[in-house]
Amino acid sequence: MTMPTETGYRSQAAALPVGTPRHHMVIFAVLLVVLLLAPAVLYPVFLMKVLCFALFASALNLLLGFGGLLSFGHAAFFGLSSYVAAYAAKSWGLNPEIAILLGVAAASVLGLAIGVLAIRRQGIYFAMVTLAFAQMVFFFALQAPFTGGEDGIQAVPRGRLFGLIDLSADLTLYFVVLAIVFGALLLIYRIIHSPFGQVLKAIRDNEPRSISLGYKVHRYKLAVFVMSAALAGLAGATKAIVFQLASLTDVYWTMSGEVVLMTLLGGMGTVFGPLVGAAAIVTMQNYFAGFGAWVTVLQGVIFVASVLLFREGIVGVLAKWLKKPL
Amino acid sequence: MKLKTLILASATSLLLAGTAMAQTAIKIGVLNDRSGVYADLSGEGSVIAARMAVEDFDAAGKGITVEIVSADHQNKPDVASNIARQWYDQDGVDLIVDVPTSSAAFAVNEITREKNKIFMNSGAGSADLTGAQCSPNTVHWTYDTWALAHGTGSAMVAEGFTKWFFITADYAFGQALEKDTTAVVTAAGGEVLGAVRHPFPGTDFSSYLLQAQASGAQVIGLANAGGDTVNTIKQAAEFGITQAGQALAGLLIFITDIHALGLETAQGLVLTESFYWDLNDQTRAWSERFAAQNDGNKPTMVQAGVYASVLHYLKAVEATGGKETEALMAAMKSTPTSDPLFGEGMIREDGRKVHDMYLFKVKSPAESTGPWDYYTLLATIPAAEAFRPLADGGCAFIAK
Repeated sequence: MTMPTETGYRSQAAALPVGTPRHHMVIFAVLLVVLLLAPAVLYPVFLMKVLCFALFASALNLLLGFGGLLSFGHAAFFGLSSYVAAYAAKSWGLNPEIAILLGVAAASVLGLAIGVLAIRRQGIYFAMVTLAFAQMVFFFALQAPFTGGEDGIQAVPRGRLFGLIDLSADLTLYFVVLAIVFGALLLIYRIIHSPFGQVLKAIRDNEPRSISLGYKVHRYKLAVFVMSAALAGLAGATKAIVFQLASLTDVYWTMSGEVVLMTLLGGMGTVFGPLVGAAAIVTMQNYFAGFGAWVTVLQGVIFVASVLLFREGIVGVLAKWLKKPL
Repeated sequence: MKLKTLILASATSLLLAGTAMAQTAIKIGVLNDRSGVYADLSGEGSVIAARMAVEDFDAAGKGITVEIVSADHQNKPDVASNIARQWYDQDGVDLIVDVPTSSAAFAVNEITREKNKIFMNSGAGSADLTGAQCSPNTVHWTYDTWALAHGTGSAMVAEGFTKWFFITADYAFGQALEKDTTAVVTAAGGEVLGAVRHPFPGTDFSSYLLQAQASGAQVIGLANAGGDTVNTIKQAAEFGITQAGQALAGLLIFITDIHALGLETAQGLVLTESFYWDLNDQTRAWSERFAAQNDGNKPTMVQAGVYASVLHYLKAVEATGGKETEALMAAMKSTPTSDPLFGEGMIREDGRKVHDMYLFKVKSPAESTGPWDYYTLLATIPAAEAFRPLADGGCAFIAK
């Protein structure tokens, strides 16, 4: 691990026997090094956006890829949390870490409330129930006096981390965001590979059998739903601090759709797929912004192509090709 | 051989002269909607307007090289803030112009203040840009909601339309517009008979229109925007509301909306704008040149505002001989503005550009002589009365 270059990891990974998650650790290490060096080449604010969406997509992937539950309302958690964090940081003048934690708490409570009702249904009904709740949250954000209507909450101070570190410089903030997101990704990884995660996968693959084995399926589903909501909230709150802005875009249903797109494009049910998917979509939106409406058309074309040609997503196809779970 | 030397020498001297003169390089970012509802009233037309300002000013001849970049903010504040940040941080943009949609404008307003650059807004309406959210780095050029509400409200009451009824979009913007206009109407001696709130965004306005019709009001004020206003006007035409004698007053509507609706539908509508292409010889001449580059479409007041603001900015660059933000802002505020589109005017201390506003009535198809001949001038609102007084804005950095 002296030279964690891409080719280095490949030859190393190839030497490992199939099925051990050790190559995951190698990928995480390479990823960390790349992300630590990235701001030297790329614009930090853009990288922070990629990181926030990577976390958001990974949170959805935890629910969709490992819990088998397609939520079409994750923008509710992302958006509510960004509003709460923005409000806490701006109006109450709280430190960014407290504001983010408050956002996560709000998203978790909302996740619990929606989850309790939504997990009673499956498939399309589950998706529709989550979408319906997300629309309620959208109208709440539109009407509530503290959210600023269609103007959103603007000019949110980035503040000082723990009251000490000034976050107004993009680069300082980048490393803080990197720490938050990377920590959360490792947490998700840990959840997936824990006994809890194994039970989740069992429920996803065969729910009646899991019930007959004595697992309380509803509790598992609710737990993963709340975890996913909390992590989506973490992404939203971090984004609010980065962009100093919480707006209706974050709670609108297209945001829910976008994150599903990121997850599917990258590879649902893979560890690294959502990161790749988020990076691909955010890069497209950022660098093709000059093409205006064509970005949406392009996104649609890519989505259709990915569904027709590589249904497992970019990383899914790669994993198949390398014969390793990624 | 001699000829060759001569050519070489003259070319070299020209080159030297060129480098000697090109002292200031300016980059202007035109940030607006290029794909959505406001693409027609700002969009590529604003880029054309900015380019015309650079040409008309003869920037190259005065030693100022100007580069214009543009981007689509999709009317989203997060996209706008992203682009503005990147423009200032990475691409060396000195000035951002246009930015319709108030939420996006607020985002750019904040980032411009943080990065200490200059923002000249033309497209957005919120009067808070020079009020509660005011910034020493921002100039708000073309119009604002205060001016529209006051223009339409007070001028219509003066014309004898005293009884009002509002159809309001049920969110902060619509409610604020209704409240402001109500205050103006009652202050001018009018009376508000009632109001109805519709969900945002709305599609079916028939029940609200029937309520408005039954209220016996002389004027139906449309305190909504964009697609909602257009739909309300279309459905009002189906009920024959203006033909039956009630007037429709649009509080935020542009000439491109009238163009899209057609005169058959929009006739009789009363609205306030700060620019119309057919005002005088100068506006007609400029608009003709503009239309030649913009597929024959006449400029909106927003595009006119982009032209005038870029022109005024370039004058300040020439006067100060550099691009220090404080010097430029001071020069822009101390020099009276003068351009062929808005005439004489000035930029107030809080960044509000002040000029006349006009109350127009949309012509009927019979009155119109052809495409884009849409407005009859009802009243001119003098600059002194057109905008909110400086003291009422609550702008924080103005010394009281």
